[in-house]
Amino acid sequence: MNVIQKLFRSSLGKKTIMAITGILLFGFVIVHMLGNLQIFLGADVINTYAAFLKSKPALLWVARIGLLVLVGLHIGSAVQLSRQNRAARPIPYGDAKHPGASYASRTMLMSGLIVLAFIIYHLLHFTVAVPGVNLLGASAQLPNGDFLQLKDATGHQDVFRMLVLGFSNVWVSGFYIVGMALLCMHLSHGISSLFQSLGIRQHFCGQCLDRLAMLLAAIIFIGNSSIPIAILLGYGR
Amino acid sequence: MHLDAKPPSGPLDKKWEKHQLEMKLVNPANKRRFDVIVVGSGLAGASAAATLAELGYHVKCFCFQDSPRRAHSIAAQGGINAAKNYQNDGDSVRRLFYDTIKGGDFRGREANTYRLAQLSVNIIDQCVAQGVPFAREYGGLLTNRSFGGAQVSRTFYARGQTGQQLLIGAYQALSRQIGAGTVEMHPRTEMLELVLVDGQAKGIVVRNLVTGEVSSHAADAVVLATGGYSNVFYLSTNARGCNVTATHRAYKKGAAFANPCYTQIHPTCIPVSGDHQSKLTLMSESLRNDGRVWVPKKKGDKRAPDQIPEADRDYFLERKYPSFGNLAPRDISSRAAKEACDEGRGVGPTGLGVYLDFADAIQRLGEGTIRERYGNLFDMYETITGESAYQQPMRIFPALHYTMGGLWVDYNLMSNIPGLFVVGEANFSDHGANRLGASALMQGLADGYFILPYTIGNYFASTKPQKPSVSHPEFKKSEENVRNQTKRLLSIKGKRTATSFHRELGKLLWDKCGMARDEAGLKQALKRIPELREEFWQNLTVPGDSGEFNQSLEYAGRVADYMEFGELLCTDALTRRESCGGHFRTEFQTEDGEALRDDEAFSFVSAWEFKGVDQAPVLHKEPLVYEEVKMTQRSYK
Amino acid sequence: MNLTLKVWRQKSANSPGRFQDHTARNVMPDMSFLEMLDVVNEELAERGEEPIAFDSDCREGICGACSLVINGIPHGGNAGTATCQLHMRHFHDGQTITIEPWRARAFPPVKDLVVDRSAFDRIIQSGGFVSVNTGGTPDANALPIPKVDQELAMDAAACIGCGACVAACKNASAMLFVAAKVQHLALLPQGKVEANRRVLSMVEAMDAEGFGACSVTGSCEAVCPKQISLDFISRMNRDYLKA
Repeated sequence: MNVIQKLFRSSLGKKTIMAITGILLFGFVIVHMLGNLQIFLGADVINTYAAFLKSKPALLWVARIGLLVLVGLHIGSAVQLSRQNRAARPIPYGDAKHPGASYASRTMLMSGLIVLAFIIYHLLHFTVAVPGVNLLGASAQLPNGDFLQLKDATGHQDVFRMLVLGFSNVWVSGFYIVGMALLCMHLSHGISSLFQSLGIRQHFCGQCLDRLAMLLAAIIFIGNSSIPIAILLGYGR
Repeated sequence: MHLDAKPPSGPLDKKWEKHQLEMKLVNPANKRRFDVIVVGSGLAGASAAATLAELGYHVKCFCFQDSPRRAHSIAAQGGINAAKNYQNDGDSVRRLFYDTIKGGDFRGREANTYRLAQLSVNIIDQCVAQGVPFAREYGGLLTNRSFGGAQVSRTFYARGQTGQQLLIGAYQALSRQIGAGTVEMHPRTEMLELVLVDGQAKGIVVRNLVTGEVSSHAADAVVLATGGYSNVFYLSTNARGCNVTATHRAYKKGAAFANPCYTQIHPTCIPVSGDHQSKLTLMSESLRNDGRVWVPKKKGDKRAPDQIPEADRDYFLERKYPSFGNLAPRDISSRAAKEACDEGRGVGPTGLGVYLDFADAIQRLGEGTIRERYGNLFDMYETITGESAYQQPMRIFPALHYTMGGLWVDYNLMSNIPGLFVVGEANFSDHGANRLGASALMQGLADGYFILPYTIGNYFASTKPQKPSVSHPEFKKSEENVRNQTKRLLSIKGKRTATSFHRELGKLLWDKCGMARDEAGLKQALKRIPELREEFWQNLTVPGDSGEFNQSLEYAGRVADYMEFGELLCTDALTRRESCGGHFRTEFQTEDGEALRDDEAFSFVSAWEFKGVDQAPVLHKEPLVYEEVKMTQRSYK
Repeated sequence: MNLTLKVWRQKSANSPGRFQDHTARNVMPDMSFLEMLDVVNEELAERGEEPIAFDSDCREGICGACSLVINGIPHGGNAGTATCQLHMRHFHDGQTITIEPWRARAFPPVKDLVVDRSAFDRIIQSGGFVSVNTGGTPDANALPIPKVDQELAMDAAACIGCGACVAACKNASAMLFVAAKVQHLALLPQGKVEANRRVLSMVEAMDAEGFGACSVTGSCEAVCPKQISLDFISRMNRDYLKA
């Protein structure tokens, strides 16, 4: 059996795809979070960083397309596996308990799908910046309700103001925090189980891996949620 | 009936080699034209089926379990003997042979037993090559332990589950052949008739236990590997499904049944807790290395064990057998426990139990050491009884465990019916009147891997059998018999379940034909069994139907066979007016209460010929001729 | 004590099943769970009703035949024991106990609590063996095996093939069984020779039987009567990727 067949045909192969794309996506989440946290270094820093990214459109688009492919593979495999899993038990238990299984481990598909919905909203909100989704309407600070028209003194896009304005809405911030909580849950199981799927879990202590996953997931949650929370508490306003 | 054991001539250690040279071979291209039916998929059946298929025969294998991997060989804990002498402690083929013959109280066939000891060596090689994870030393070589009173360490083991590991080895070999299409496997299928055509075994009739369908299967030879009959006693350490049906029905078709009275009792089982008890659980005999066996001195002493002072305790094994003490052999310690209980000094709620006390050992060695040695056994005991043996003495009682008797076979493992071969516990085997610990696995695998595959070839090459079609009238007749019996069982619609009959029969046999037997008791049993059988056929109730998965019906059929077989067991025990190995007649004992053999009168194999359900069976004797061994009296004082 | 049993009754593979209430009277704490069912069945049979069908054989936790989901947990939730080793002292008077069969597409029902687990046999037939014929094998001590490898192989080989891992898994995945079988042989030098071929064909057979995939929830390990570790799944994954 060749590699492609092994990866795409068997359940173990699909799990491998999930694990590898999972690691890469997790890497992106970390980098993305570090980028965002520059908001706490002031408007200049984050705006310059954003401008730097925008100045390399080729790289940016390669990264975007790469991410899209990763997400596509991750979700595609997940859906196929879920279909297989559901078919594997046509008659459910009358009394179903799940000894030894964490809540996060049993709800990976659901948490993943909600995170997906969140990502779509997030892209519409800040990347494509569709004016309708920021729930702010037009105001003195935000003519036409369009984030893309915010510019700072140097003429760069004013990402700092975009974030501050964007998170000034409680509902939007709330949704972001919920999204992060689910991502955190998703990662708390995903990070430890990818060691299993890649066949390297036995070299570590299983419990340490579970704890490491919890820790990393918590860092993501705290790091990313700190931005809307800080803004709601008055940072940058 | 003519019983010719056909042991090859020549010196003992050359017999098998000589016989192998003399046996005729089947041309490789012709092997696939021969069909072999193997009934049973335990160590003997699975190893035979796999090996025959490897050789090129076309094999059909049947088992009543849902998978061949579940056969009862799986439950053997202790280990498997082999004369490897890896420990450099002076073991040899001849020593293993002698231990086995002596352990069997000189009632085994010399040539067979010697061959078993010779082949023990190959078994270990075979199993290791299959990936059986036997215990090893840090240097990477295999380790051994001593077992069952042997003076050398020759027992190979895989934690407490040697039986399961060996069976998985054989099952994997069998699975390989099933995958390759050379073995046709029929799980959840029970053999109910042996079919003879012109006096030769030519097939079987089976019932599919899921659909209830009755069908015939024809072959050039039939191999029975269906285990022992301990379950005739209702309570035994055997799995619930173990039964005598296949061998008993072969007996009814003319196969001689040999030495049915040789049954083995295991001294360290967990006692019965009540009428609901469905089976007994064995705990490793190694417990007796550190535990002390005792009962109260006074009858009916109901005090808790820790309330009974030393002066009121009777350490009866230490008292009766000062040199072996708590390590006296299985049959001797079992009988001593029974005697104590018969005197009304038994312990526990039923009064059928004796204490196995670790208090002294814990004091001497510390709880840690005891935990290290027996932790898993103590846990098992606690799981079942809810009591901690660290805090209070264990209660133990002997239980039926293995049956040395079985269908009579010659040196080629063929019964007196041409084409009917019998392997493993199902044959009357190489153990004589008593089997040594860790020898059952050895015999099953020797038969299946290394003996039958040769001897069956010799049978094919020398007789050139013709396989009949399943439409032969003999098959039709046997199918009719099966359907009629099923119909009969279902149509009684009486008041008592098969379990209740089985329980009553089992208790009767245990009381009258268990650890100790006497003429009066056996005669009572022989009077009672036909009455019980009569009632069985008048008052049985079997719910459900025949054309479906019906566990009550399967079971009722097996109990029907016990109702006949129990009588044969008692008849044999009554006829053998001596004590030997597992057969202890209270009339025949030494002054010290040891088994008293009568080599003059009873140095023979009793082979019984069926004459009809309510007719007395006919005894045929195969004299036991010892060319090299001298018979001696066992002594464990 | 007296108990109410909510038992899954199903006449045959093709007829619909449903829960039916049965009463277990005068249950004694020393009874095993299966002996309690025996007593219920005796009463049913005496009344001419169909007893509850369930699989069991050795009744000492080694044959792997018994297979009940008790109150939602395969083998009843006592660590390291099979159904047959579960005793009634863990229940209390008046309790209602739900009893169901293993549920998985790959384990089709036979009757009541009995299912067909031959899928496991077919997975083994696809490659779960060492390809040696009888005879002609080298001396057992010709090849030393490090004790740690042998012990680890034995940990995997302890699997009794009961299928509780499948029953407990939310995906009805057979990964723990297959991994235990693959690793038992792959960890020993005798089995290494054809390890690649074995893992590929056994995984293929496993998928073909209709088992689900592994979500690493750990339920299988939690209910395994032989407490086989999840690590074996990880090892199998690695061997599979390498193969």
